[in-house]
Amino acid sequence: MSLRTPLGKVLGLGTAKEGTDHWWAQRISAVALFFLGLWFAGSLSGFDSFAHEVVVAFIAEPLNGALLALFCMTVAYHSHLGLQVVIEDYVHAAGLKIFALVASRFFHVLVAVLSVYSVLRIGLGA
Amino acid sequence: MAEFRLPPNSRIKKGKHFAAADGAGNVRRFAVYRYDPESGENPRVDTYEVDLDTCGPMVLDGLIKIKNEIDPSLTFRRSCREGICGSCAMNIDGGNTLACTLAIDKVKGDVKIYPLPHMPVVKDLVPDLTNFYAQYASIKPWLQARTPPPLNHERLQSKDDQEKIDEPAACILCACCSTSCPSYWWNSDRYLGPATLLAAYRWLVDSRDEATGERLDELEDPFRLYRCHTIMNCTQTCPKGLNPAKAIAETKKMLAARRH
Repeated sequence: MSLRTPLGKVLGLGTAKEGTDHWWAQRISAVALFFLGLWFAGSLSGFDSFAHEVVVAFIAEPLNGALLALFCMTVAYHSHLGLQVVIEDYVHAAGLKIFALVASRFFHVLVAVLSVYSVLRIGLGA
Repeated sequence: MAEFRLPPNSRIKKGKHFAAADGAGNVRRFAVYRYDPESGENPRVDTYEVDLDTCGPMVLDGLIKIKNEIDPSLTFRRSCREGICGSCAMNIDGGNTLACTLAIDKVKGDVKIYPLPHMPVVKDLVPDLTNFYAQYASIKPWLQARTPPPLNHERLQSKDDQEKIDEPAACILCACCSTSCPSYWWNSDRYLGPATLLAAYRWLVDSRDEATGERLDELEDPFRLYRCHTIMNCTQTCPKGLNPAKAIAETKKMLAARRH
């Protein structure tokens, strides 16, 4: 049992003086995903066939390659921001929380880098 | 981890049944959560048959009748019986509201009554609101100004400015909103909750207050403010028809506005 006052508990460690950037980034990346998603869905529906050389030729177009890389990076970024909030909401054990936050960050960076590397590799015809 | 199941000693068991007296005409069943920490027993739900022909129209009237005529051990808070003190906030028919302003005939089937969700229970329908009140105190809910007050009159405010605080100032701190919020359930130790954030907003938009920046500083925190995920239970459940979710959204916009 703690004899700390209720107000002392509420004030805790004080404020982190952040959160606004995170909140704003979530919304901006959502707006970006709306447009990139439209482009992506529109492009997919434009394919007559998904033959390997057709898709490779599509990605090799500079604008398509750039937008596809952006789309993958934005998905990874937005997912990272969202999963961070979910972990902070539900995981309360201190060690497990830090582990989950770091693992999520590593995973999303890996996804983003892998995607961009793949698009470049295909686009540049390596 | 967040707990999704009640601990074993909190799981609810079937309780006693109190049948209506013979000859009662208009009988309605009240299913009421009962818990006495001193008994060492699990919580239970007792059912009471109440004759509505000899009962007032509101759920609180039913509870008072039960306490007066059927089971004096039933414990609940009440005071003004007209929706201004906030004492009789409880979970009725699945939603948080004031027992004194909800008519019994608005409830379909049995009238199911539980304490406000996810709060420690002191006894029966009485939750422990210590943390809730401390959170309210933490936002310094009073006017802060460096300009001394005028000598011969109060601090003036235009009608337009007054109207901005009309609604947020109408909050009666019944805690219906905060205890309906899943984010508050999981993180009430760090998230301030809709009631306190509505109160904070009431001072953020008060034209006489000069501590807006400091107030925003104190709110800018991933947990204190940004645990709000716009679930909107607060606004849906508020028995006074207020909109804490909008106040929180406006607060976030103020924080964004001072950055760009």
